[in-house]
Order: sequence, then C-alpha cells, then structure tokens
Amino acid sequence: MIDLSSINPVVLAAALMVAATPILLAAIGELVVEKAGVLNLGVEGMMITGAVTGFAVAVMTRDPYLGLLAAAFGGAAISLLFALLTQVMMANQVASGLALTLFGLGFSALLGQGFVGVSPPRTAKLDFGFLSDLPILGPILFRHDPMVYVSLALVAGVWYFLNYTRGGRILRAVGENHEAAHALGYRVRRVRILAIAFGGACAGLGGAYLSLIRVPQWTEGMTAGAGWIALALVVFSSWRPWRVVLGAYLFGGIIVLQLNLQAAGFRIPVEYLAMSPYLVTILVLVIMSSGRARKTLAAPGSLGRPFHATG
Amino acid sequence: MLRLEKRPQPSAAWGWATPVLAVGLTMIAGGILFAALGKDPFAAIKMIFWDPLFSPQFAAFSRPQLLVKAGPLILIAVGLAIGFRAGIWNIGAEGQYIIGAICGAAVALAFFPAPGWYIFPLMVIAGAFGGWAWAMIPAILKTRFNTNEILVSLLLVYVAEKILAAMATGRMRNPDGAGFPGSRNIAQYPAASNLEIIAGTGMHWGVVAAFIAVIFAYVMLHRHMLGYHVQLAGQAPRAARFAGVAPSRLVVLCLGFSGALAGLAGLFEVAGPARMISIDFNVGYGFTAIIVAFLGRLHPVGIVLAGLLMALTYIGGEIAQFMLGLPAASIQVFQGMLLFFLLALDVLSNYRVRLSRAEAA
Repeated sequence: MIDLSSINPVVLAAALMVAATPILLAAIGELVVEKAGVLNLGVEGMMITGAVTGFAVAVMTRDPYLGLLAAAFGGAAISLLFALLTQVMMANQVASGLALTLFGLGFSALLGQGFVGVSPPRTAKLDFGFLSDLPILGPILFRHDPMVYVSLALVAGVWYFLNYTRGGRILRAVGENHEAAHALGYRVRRVRILAIAFGGACAGLGGAYLSLIRVPQWTEGMTAGAGWIALALVVFSSWRPWRVVLGAYLFGGIIVLQLNLQAAGFRIPVEYLAMSPYLVTILVLVIMSSGRARKTLAAPGSLGRPFHATG
Repeated sequence: MLRLEKRPQPSAAWGWATPVLAVGLTMIAGGILFAALGKDPFAAIKMIFWDPLFSPQFAAFSRPQLLVKAGPLILIAVGLAIGFRAGIWNIGAEGQYIIGAICGAAVALAFFPAPGWYIFPLMVIAGAFGGWAWAMIPAILKTRFNTNEILVSLLLVYVAEKILAAMATGRMRNPDGAGFPGSRNIAQYPAASNLEIIAGTGMHWGVVAAFIAVIFAYVMLHRHMLGYHVQLAGQAPRAARFAGVAPSRLVVLCLGFSGALAGLAGLFEVAGPARMISIDFNVGYGFTAIIVAFLGRLHPVGIVLAGLLMALTYIGGEIAQFMLGLPAASIQVFQGMLLFFLLALDVLSNYRVRLSRAEAA
C-alpha cells in the first residue's frame, strides 16, 4: 500500500537543498572551466578525491571545516594533473578528463581504505534566530549547514565575476576565441590553468559535502555519477550561473522524491526508482540540445579545442 | 627554455615508442606508490608483470587467466577505438556490456534446461543485440537531438547497473537458489555454457570473437572506404563533410559496432567466467577497455598487445594482493597512471621539443 501522506512537503523541500548542494558546487566550478574553453570530464574523479581527502582530514582533526578546506585543496591538486596534461602536454581533453576520473576513483579507494565505517565529526546546522523559527520557511530555508549557503554565495560570486569584472571578461574572451584573446596579449594558458584549479576546488568541496554532511560516511565510489550529472547540469544551464541553481535544485528534488517514494513503499522496485535521476538527466539533455532550445544554447566558442601558441 | 613545435605529421617512431615508455614510467611511479604503501616495490612489480607468466607457483593457474581477462578487454577496446578515431566518444561500454550479458542470459534462462545446439548461437545474437540496442540510445539522441553522446552513454551505465541489480534480485533470480540474489549458473547449463575450447589455455568463444573482431577492424580501417571515412571524420570533420561522409551515419555505425562488441563481451563473460547474472557481475572491463584502446594507439594490433598487458596487471595485481596484501584499489591507480603517462607522452609524437634561447611568448 502506498502511503503518500508520509511524505511531508516541508521536509522534502528542506532535503532537496541538501541533496542539490554537492552537484551545485561541482557544476558551478565546471561552468567556470568551460567558460574558459576547457572541457574537463574529470569532475567525478575530482569529486571523489575531495570526498576522501575531506573525510580523512575531518576525521583526523575532528573538524569538518578543516576537512572541507582540505577537500578543496585536494580537488584543485588533482585537477592540476589535468591542467598539466591538457595545457602543457597538449593532450586530448576528453581522454585526459576520463583518465582523471578513472585515476581519481582508484586513488580515492586507496586513500579511503582505513576510513570505511568511520563516522565523521558532525557539521552543525546554522541558527538564524527568529528566521529559523518561522513556520514552513524556517525549516526549508534557514536551518541548514553553512555549506548550503556557501554554495549559493559561490554562484553569486561566479555570476558577478563573469559579468562585472575585468578578470571575468578576460576568462570569457579566452573561452570564446582563444586566438583572439592570445593576440590581445592575454595569457590563455594561465587563465585556463587557474580556471581548472578553481573547478577542481569546487568539485572537491562538492565531494566532501557528500562524504561529510549529506551521507555522512565514506564508501568507495560514493559519488555514483554525481560528477557526470554536474557536467550535464552545465549544459542544462546554457552556461549561465543562476540556471545552474535552478537545475541543481530540480535534480535535488528528483533525488529526494525518489528516495521518499522508496521509503513510502511505492510499488515499483527500488532499482527502478533509483534510475530516475540518471534518466531525467538524459531527458533534460535531450530537451536542451534539440530544436529551439539549441539556438539559445551558448556554448563557449573554443570549448574543448586545444590551444597552442605558435611563435 | 623548452618550446614545443607542432610536427606537420605525428611521428611514427614516437607513436610506437610512447606506449613502451609509458609502461616503463608507470612501473617506476607504481614502484614509488607501492613503497609509500610500505611494500617492497621490486617484489610488487615483479609479481604484477613477471609472476603471472613465469612463476612456478602461479603460472599454471594464471597463464590461462591471461586470455580470459584479455578477451573482453580486446573485444570492447577494438569497438571503442574505431569510434575514438572518428571523434565519437562511447564511454558507456560498461553499460552495453551489462545489457548484453542480461539479454544473453535471458535467452539461456528461457530455454533452461532444454538441450539444443541452437541455444548458444541465439544467446550470442541476443548479447550483441542487447549491447547494440543500448548503444543506439546515445546514437539516436545524438543524431536526432544533437545530445552529447559522452554524457548519455556514461549516464546509461548507471541505469544499466540498476537494471542488473533488479534482474539479479528479481526477474532472473535462481528459483532454486533459496532466495539468494543471482541467476542460475549458466556455465553449468551445457547448451548455453561458454567453456574453454582447448582445456588449460583459457581460450573460450569470447577470445575467438575478440580475434575475429580485431581482424575485421583491421581490414575495415586500413582496406575499406568506411575506415577512410572514420579517419577523415576524426582528423578533419569539415573536409569529411565535403567528401560526402554523413556524420550521423558514422555516429550510428560507430556506436552500434562498439555497443554490439561490448554486448558480446558481456554475454561471453556471463556464460563463462562469471557463470551467472549477479549484482556485482560487472568489474569495470568497459572502463579499462578505454585505457586499452589508447594504450594500443587505437590500432587493432596494438590493442591486442595492450589488452594482454592490461590483463596481466589484473592477474598480477590479484597475486600481489594475495601475497603482499597490496590493496585492491592500487591496481586501479596503477592503470590510471598508465593512461596519464600515455597521454602526457603523446606530446612527443605530435610536437618537437626545441630548446630556444629567445624568450618565447
């Protein structure tokens, strides 16, 4: 018997924000990378590296925030391997991104061996005083851990940076047309390496959010495709920061709803419900890349093309 | 100051040398990794690359394993390589492998326990069809809606894994298995089993299929118009269009071919070495095959060598796990490093490294 009344919409909406945060973090980082003209398919690998480094450091220091910081560094560090391959050694970006994912999955499993079954230090929820006590809005918006708000602030920061600062314009120029940007004297390679490191840090944070706050536990391969969903989200957003939030919360909603339906004893087997986030991602990709939507799709002009300065 | 100068044409000599060099560097880096884990690096490297073939203690068991493990890797990698050459990135072979195994196993389980010479061939057809159909999803979405085939094929791996779990615990569960997840043992069902053709060699029908696929791919790539189109589309997409190569036809062909081969690999695995459909049936051959394809320089003959080498690291890794207590994941790291070194060293075949005195911009 299905008991839909057991699904509380307020709890659902609150859980949605938590479920969306890891992919939101990873996707906003990848958006900056792609805006700089680089396609890094290693998001999954960077996320899982962040998940394990963050978890290990948090467990050892008993401080979740040090863990999150370490995750950002871990993600950035491993992304520099990708930067070295694609920007210095001029390797194919698709293959290098895949290599990063394969390597990250193995490397994290190796690092995380001693941490299976350990529980991490708890991350406190913020209390906004009377705001948190508001009916309905309080639990949905104002009773989360700090990272939920950090992720939104990060999106605002990226939006401001890309649209209103000189550095953001240079980054976009590099992504739209690297030959022209080079001719104007911008350091294409340097901008791209910085963007890749930023994307790595964001993905690392997203991964650590999974292992430290959302789950919270370390298991091998725990990102389970979140990095790939984040990549799809960037396409969904048409490379616009605020749309990433919309997309991430949409996916968060599907993930949470699907979990709730499982718990409510919905008659479809668990496995089929668990497929839904991946299937919805594919569906969204199809809608975004076809027909009229395609014209508004503003992929950066130099996305995925290698740049080699001659002379 | 070092400066890179693009070669007008990739160097053939470096093309052969880089994989060898990459393997060498991976051995060194891997040795450092093993030392960091507190294991004797020389013993570990010897165990991974030498003992599976020549150690009196292990060789009798592990030599046949070489073909058992290399078979699916080569079969999948050959299909992937053709797509990669054309710039069509099927990275969801793992999913096609799973669906192929499920379709093939479904045929076997439907006929169980009837005898009949026709059952195994039907399974082969079903396996290839399953992988092909699963690969057609990204192919058709790509040609109809311009959807990125990389993301779709990869996301479908997760969907396939869920289907596998649903099958192992539901529809295909062994009715005589006391409720445990997992299907009937197909390897013990004579009309459907994929056993060794020559005892003690590890040679099963999947290995035969792999070698047929290699020959087929070689002929197609080097002696046939289609192979020329594949190369052209990968290296000069605009020129390919002017030459009348239909990009969407190529997408359907490449994805379909690699999907069918991955499906076949899954079927031969489930009816042989893996024995049954179970939750943990897939072990990542579909992803390792990507490394095999690159290590083999996307060339059918190179892929055979790369597949054998990669199979060696799997088996040697197991021995090192057993003898030295090396963590299972370290072999995955080892394989990942190999791909890194390979991609990095490719710079030598595409560029000339020049020493320049003047400051280069």
